[in-house]
Amino acid sequence: MPTFDLASVPLRDLNQALHSVGAGTNESDFEVINPRGAHAVAVGIDKPVHVDVHGSVGYYCAGMNAEATVTVHGSVGPGVAENMMSGTVVVKGDASQYAGATGHGGLLVIEGNASSRCGISMKGIDIVVKGNIGHMSAFMAQAGNLVVLGDAGDALGDSLYEAKLFVRGEVKSLGADCVKKKMRPKHLALLADLLAKAGITDAKPEEFTRYGSARTLYNFNIDNVDAY
Amino acid sequence: MCGIVGLFLKDKALEPRLGALLSDMLITMTDRGPDSAGIAIYGPSEAGAGKITVQSADPASDFKGLKAALAKKLGVAVSVSVRATHAVIAVDVAKLDETRTVLKELRPGVTVMGSGESVEIYKEVGLPQDVAERFKIGAMGGTHGIGHTRMATESAVTTFGAHPFSTGPDQCLVHNGSLSNHNNLRRELVRNGLSFETENDTEVAAAYLSHKLATGSNLGAALESGLSDLDGFYTFVVGTKSGFGVLRDPIACKPAVMAETDEYVAFGSEYRALVNLPGIETARVWEPEPATVYFWEH
Repeated sequence: MPTFDLASVPLRDLNQALHSVGAGTNESDFEVINPRGAHAVAVGIDKPVHVDVHGSVGYYCAGMNAEATVTVHGSVGPGVAENMMSGTVVVKGDASQYAGATGHGGLLVIEGNASSRCGISMKGIDIVVKGNIGHMSAFMAQAGNLVVLGDAGDALGDSLYEAKLFVRGEVKSLGADCVKKKMRPKHLALLADLLAKAGITDAKPEEFTRYGSARTLYNFNIDNVDAY
Repeated sequence: MCGIVGLFLKDKALEPRLGALLSDMLITMTDRGPDSAGIAIYGPSEAGAGKITVQSADPASDFKGLKAALAKKLGVAVSVSVRATHAVIAVDVAKLDETRTVLKELRPGVTVMGSGESVEIYKEVGLPQDVAERFKIGAMGGTHGIGHTRMATESAVTTFGAHPFSTGPDQCLVHNGSLSNHNNLRRELVRNGLSFETENDTEVAAAYLSHKLATGSNLGAALESGLSDLDGFYTFVVGTKSGFGVLRDPIACKPAVMAETDEYVAFGSEYRALVNLPGIETARVWEPEPATVYFWEH
């Protein structure tokens, strides 16, 4: 199992090694030690490798991830798993702002709290946060699911499109055009599946509230013409 | 971008290492802003003793004979310790205002960076590493300090555009962000009698806080009112004689990470700034909430 000690090896060596993995290789497990808050750790992977990062990282960890499973045994800076396409990213600690931003697919699990703008403009990614999320989360979120076991901050789901939001705790306030919605059997089934994928056994789908778009911002309302 | 750091020591055993720890934190933040760097260090204060940090573009002639000239004019003992382009003038605390007036007559080319009983402010154009070495920050001890490395956005790269900005006796401010209503606010503050050295937005924020403090607010109240009067992006770290505070705007785009142990409270624009601190592995690490005033005092 290749181990990269970022205290002595340049970050570029790690990312180059991850990008050079050939199809069907047996060298599929990587360890990263001493990341010491480094930016862009394990970005742009497109093979089904496993990467374990031991320590906290900076900006854009596991950005653009496809197929890989990246686990951070620590906290992450802004933009973890930004624009993820597929695969799984697990953060054992907390995440800074815009976790999972613009993500197209895959699963992002944050075991601690996520701060502001979690899931901003998400486009199909599934995000499960065991703790709380900050303000302006799921802003303009287009598709995918955001599951929060704790509380959500101000302006959740502002200008939301078709992403589904499930919050177990309190929501400080809802953003424009985001409304509480009924939990139907298909949503309970979806949520049960997401919780299982995220390895969560101590939360029941029935404990969550669903939020989604009221769809009143989808078309221009001629009555508002004077506002422009 | 800009990078800011702060370190508030709880454990006296770390005090001799304050300058070394803080400059190491600031150097780690170099790639957030390579234009200029500055540090405010709060050293031990003696009862009745005051100090003024001054800067000169021509230190060789401005600081030559300054001690004797000041002592003669003021009629009290004065000491002047020169560090590159800066000098710290130590004088009776009751004579601080008079010293500043006399200084203007004696050395018109000299600018006051800060004054009080404890604070010393050093800032210059250049990388944090060069600025720290120039002023030998690493050898300084103290109880707490703040630092800044600048990526200039809205005003010139000069010594006076560097942070920290003094906001009053033993008070200073560093800023990551940009204010959008600083021109309007500057005009209002000028009408209230304040004067400005630069076109810099942070100088306006510093003057705003000075004005609030001078008109009866305490620091907490001044920062609270800043939330409604200052428009734009900001993460501020403020230093006072006894402690330091943190305030982020309600949107909180500008990054901030804090760490606390039994030995210290530390602030960094990024976690990277904190990784060399003793015991960071077991510290409580968190992000300060938006629109929330944080303050630690000795």
